[in-house]
Amino acid sequence: MSFGQVLLVAVLAVPALGAVAVAATPRDRAARLVGTVAAALTLVAAVPLVFGDRSWFAWSAGAPAVRPWHELDLPWVPGLELRFHLGVDGISWPLVVLTALLTLLCCGYSLWRVPEGGSGRALVALLLVVEVGILGTFLALDLVLFFLFFEVVLLPMYAIIAGWGGADRRRAARKFALYTLFGSVLLLVGVYVVVAAAGTADVVALTGGAGLSRGTQLAAFTLLAIAFAVKSPLWPLHSWLPDAHTQAPTVGSVVLAGVLLKMGTYGLIRVAVGVAPEGARWAAPVLGVLAVAAILVGSLVCLAQTEVKRLIAYSSVGHMGFVLLGVATLTTTGIQAALIGNVAHGVITGLLFFLAGAVKDRTGTGSLAELSGLRETAPRLAGLLAFAAIASLGLPGLAGFWGEAFAVIAAVQVGGPLWTTLGVLAAVGGALTAAYFLRLLRQVTHGRPSTAVGRVGPGLAGAELTAWVPLVLLALAIGLAPALVLGVAEGPVDALVGVVFP
Amino acid sequence: MTGLLGALLPAVPLVAGLLGLLLPPAPRHPTTNAEGGDRARRVAVALGVTGAAGALALAVALLVTVDRPRETSTTWVDLGGLTVTLGVRLDGAAALVAVAVTAVALAVQVYSIGYLRRGPHDDLDVDHRYPPYAAQISLFTAAMLLVVVAGDLLMLLVGWEVMGLCSYLLIAHDRRLPGAPAAAMKAFLVTRVGDVGFLLGIALLGVSTGSFRIADVLAHDHSTATLTAAGLLLLAGVAGKSAQFPLHTWLPDAMAGPTPISALIHAATMVAAGVYAVTRLYPLFTAAPVTLTVLGVIGSITLLLGALAATAQDDIKRVLAWSTVSQIGYMTGALAVGSPSAALFHLLTHAAFKALLFLAAGAVIHAVGTTLMSEMGGLRRTMPVTFWCTVVGLGALAGVPPLAGFWSKDGVLAVAEAAAREGTGPAPSWVGWLVWLAGLAGVAITAWYAGRLLLRAFFGEPRLPLVRPHDPPALLRWPVLLLAVPAALLGLAGFLGAFADRLRFATVPVAGAEDALVHLGPGLLLPLALLLVGAGLVLLGWRRDRAADPAAALGPLRPVFARAFRLDDVQHTLVVRPVRALARVARTGDEVVVDGAVEGSGRAASGLGAGLAALHRAALPRAAAGVLAGALLIGLAAALIGGVR
Repeated sequence: MSFGQVLLVAVLAVPALGAVAVAATPRDRAARLVGTVAAALTLVAAVPLVFGDRSWFAWSAGAPAVRPWHELDLPWVPGLELRFHLGVDGISWPLVVLTALLTLLCCGYSLWRVPEGGSGRALVALLLVVEVGILGTFLALDLVLFFLFFEVVLLPMYAIIAGWGGADRRRAARKFALYTLFGSVLLLVGVYVVVAAAGTADVVALTGGAGLSRGTQLAAFTLLAIAFAVKSPLWPLHSWLPDAHTQAPTVGSVVLAGVLLKMGTYGLIRVAVGVAPEGARWAAPVLGVLAVAAILVGSLVCLAQTEVKRLIAYSSVGHMGFVLLGVATLTTTGIQAALIGNVAHGVITGLLFFLAGAVKDRTGTGSLAELSGLRETAPRLAGLLAFAAIASLGLPGLAGFWGEAFAVIAAVQVGGPLWTTLGVLAAVGGALTAAYFLRLLRQVTHGRPSTAVGRVGPGLAGAELTAWVPLVLLALAIGLAPALVLGVAEGPVDALVGVVFP
Repeated sequence: MTGLLGALLPAVPLVAGLLGLLLPPAPRHPTTNAEGGDRARRVAVALGVTGAAGALALAVALLVTVDRPRETSTTWVDLGGLTVTLGVRLDGAAALVAVAVTAVALAVQVYSIGYLRRGPHDDLDVDHRYPPYAAQISLFTAAMLLVVVAGDLLMLLVGWEVMGLCSYLLIAHDRRLPGAPAAAMKAFLVTRVGDVGFLLGIALLGVSTGSFRIADVLAHDHSTATLTAAGLLLLAGVAGKSAQFPLHTWLPDAMAGPTPISALIHAATMVAAGVYAVTRLYPLFTAAPVTLTVLGVIGSITLLLGALAATAQDDIKRVLAWSTVSQIGYMTGALAVGSPSAALFHLLTHAAFKALLFLAAGAVIHAVGTTLMSEMGGLRRTMPVTFWCTVVGLGALAGVPPLAGFWSKDGVLAVAEAAAREGTGPAPSWVGWLVWLAGLAGVAITAWYAGRLLLRAFFGEPRLPLVRPHDPPALLRWPVLLLAVPAALLGLAGFLGAFADRLRFATVPVAGAEDALVHLGPGLLLPLALLLVGAGLVLLGWRRDRAADPAAALGPLRPVFARAFRLDDVQHTLVVRPVRALARVARTGDEVVVDGAVEGSGRAASGLGAGLAALHRAALPRAAAGVLAGALLIGLAAALIGGVR
């Protein structure tokens, strides 16, 4: 086994064993500490995955379009031809690191504060199980394995929302589980269609269409795209998200928005577009129109929203609309924009949910009408909130800008009346995004302190700063050096676009 | 070497700004722990002034060393064949604008130390958050300098939007004004609406070129349709930043910001950025004359609109704000008739005299505690230094020879006249006529409102007898005095060959009026005459009744001008309210229709399940009958299928 393969296994095994260890540790605080250490070790294992064979010489017709830096391919259930096939490349690595980082921050945050509803030990153990599922989804190179990991995430996330959430948590958790289960059913059927038609579940072999007939590709893409659209979420399949994000505890919202949604967009790029390129070409205009509808509807709803966490949840709908628009263009520019938009949204919205949770914990309310004047009583918290909001509205020089601007530029690049219109409308959506975030800031930070805000002290806990500062720095770093994400993604994306338009 | 200077230019204030943001934003307990707050304030002052002074030194060094256009670039990121570069593009014009920006920024940093100080009579709210304030000024300066030196369209966009953000933060600084947050939001949003166009324009050019480097974009052979579309889209962003009709509405409201910030926004940063960006990309605009025609119309409307609105304001800062709108109209007019040199010359002189005017107005406001001219009067005797500085500033604004504004405004008018009479401009000659006539009318109106400001604030009897106004302390006085020098003399620099050379655009294929910045000749007489007419009219009105407002002579037009033709209301009715209504509809639709369908299908499923469950809850006889019937059916089926086989 090479070093890279050890790392691949470690990335999945460490959090899984960590979850077991956390559950087995009797004392609550010690258990949380064990979980945080496991999450840290996972991050330590995830980062060096980038060192490896990255010889991306120009893509040629013969070579496979997916060429992982590290690969592990073991027979698993030989009778069913199932293989335990893992791999990492430039499309998945940024997301793997983001997942490991956000889980670590959430575990660390849980050391300091456990939301009401259950023991901190169980929460940390569930977070680690969720991490295993998400990382497995990003690493799997076998469709059945992909599906399995995709499903692993669902129940622990349900438990996190239902166990530690807000007042209306049970209903929100049930809606989340049922809705995404509906998506999973379609995913299962889609995977079945592909595997039955192609006779293999190997993503490396399947990418590029692998002799699937046009009809199979259209059917497979439709099924897979709807399944991933539920997870991403794409308007109009998004309505599980506001409830789940609003009711989930802070760490749950961070993981949900930060990385769980990325499973949908990642699946769309890696599985749906890769496996059924002809279907992707056929459905791209529909996908683009829906993505722009998501941008506009999401930002308009935010403009009329009255609850902080709900507003941020709906802003995710808009931001993921930009990501999906980038994917829908099926150009190198667009897919690269989608990848960096994915990572940026994870960092920034994770930060926003942390801050909204902090505001809600301190004031006891999330209603915009009851919040004002935060900069008078807690200037640092208000400053951080302003930073996160401004990063999220896509200020050039911060992380959010690249994904949104280049989704628009990619749409303009495709050209033609439809895509130009979509690009223009998406750019207008950018202005609306600014409008609702400024409205949020004006309401929450400016003016005289309301009674709820008047009680808030100016201090920030050390644990809070430890959880937030990495995200702030990342938002700046990715904004100033987008090559951090895009440098590794260029080769794989070129190869993918190469098979979509052979 | 020159490239390094150019790169350091925005970096120095950026570092100062970022460090400043790390300082404690406010003293923990303003009453008990003033010591810690004072220390943070001292550090903030040092950082702000050092950053601005360092940038000024760099800009001057750059001005001295840059002799020909220079360019450095390195790849920033490559997205699917579209290259984004990091690099600077330096020439004489960039260096001159950089000097203006940094000089005004330094003046504002120094002035702010005195302006935002807690006095014995202030309530506790004043000067509560000096560190973020000074840091944001540094960031603002850095962003503007980035726009000035940027060699890539996306770098330019970064500076462009960060400036919008800083204006937002600084306008909202004063917590005592309830209108400040709304004004700040308006400033950011209106410019952001323009930036939608700016981004799309950049996208079109970048996609057409395959690179966002300005040199590549200028060298590429674009199709006329692309150029026209991109140019018009870019103009939307320019109109937003430079407060041109119809996106000018944010600028007067932005007066809610502290007065030094007004000086910064109006003189050197923000509003100047739009005009400067057009000069950077000027060959693209001349290749698509439609864009310059549109710019000429916009500029002429803005010029007259701003000047007329300035005549009826009572707030001294709003008079100056509208005068900025009008003066930027001169600059865009000059661009439309083919002379970026004249536009930049006016930009530089305007930076000097408008910074002077705002800082002097700040001294007046500081002394009398109000911004309304109806409560001032008679300040000439009590505040002589401020009075004479204001006289210089207003004279330059109105174009009194030999002050700065006279020469630069005359340069614009001369180019416009040539474009009108001889058709030398890139746009049709009627655009020249439009700009020229609007500019001439503007001269008279400007003289009128400048005279009104001077008479209302500094002459006559004091209307608030209780206050004892006095000239400002040294920290406020020196920046004002030093700015009076360029406001008076910068126009004469137009006669210097070295200065004119730096503003000359080799790439601009315009003949005739382009050979010199200043034009001595009979053409000077017409604006001078109009100046005298405007000044004479206001003096006449004032002499008739020294206590009354000369604006009373406007009659029924006065409220219309005071509310700037009610364009704010138009914008509110046509844009703000429909968007709000649409947002409410979208929210309701999303909750009732989209989510309603989901919830409905959930309820339908559980209802169906409940119905089936009810069917299964049958009494024993019916259940037994059901079981038997089922057995019978299965038996029948088995017999039939088995029988067939």
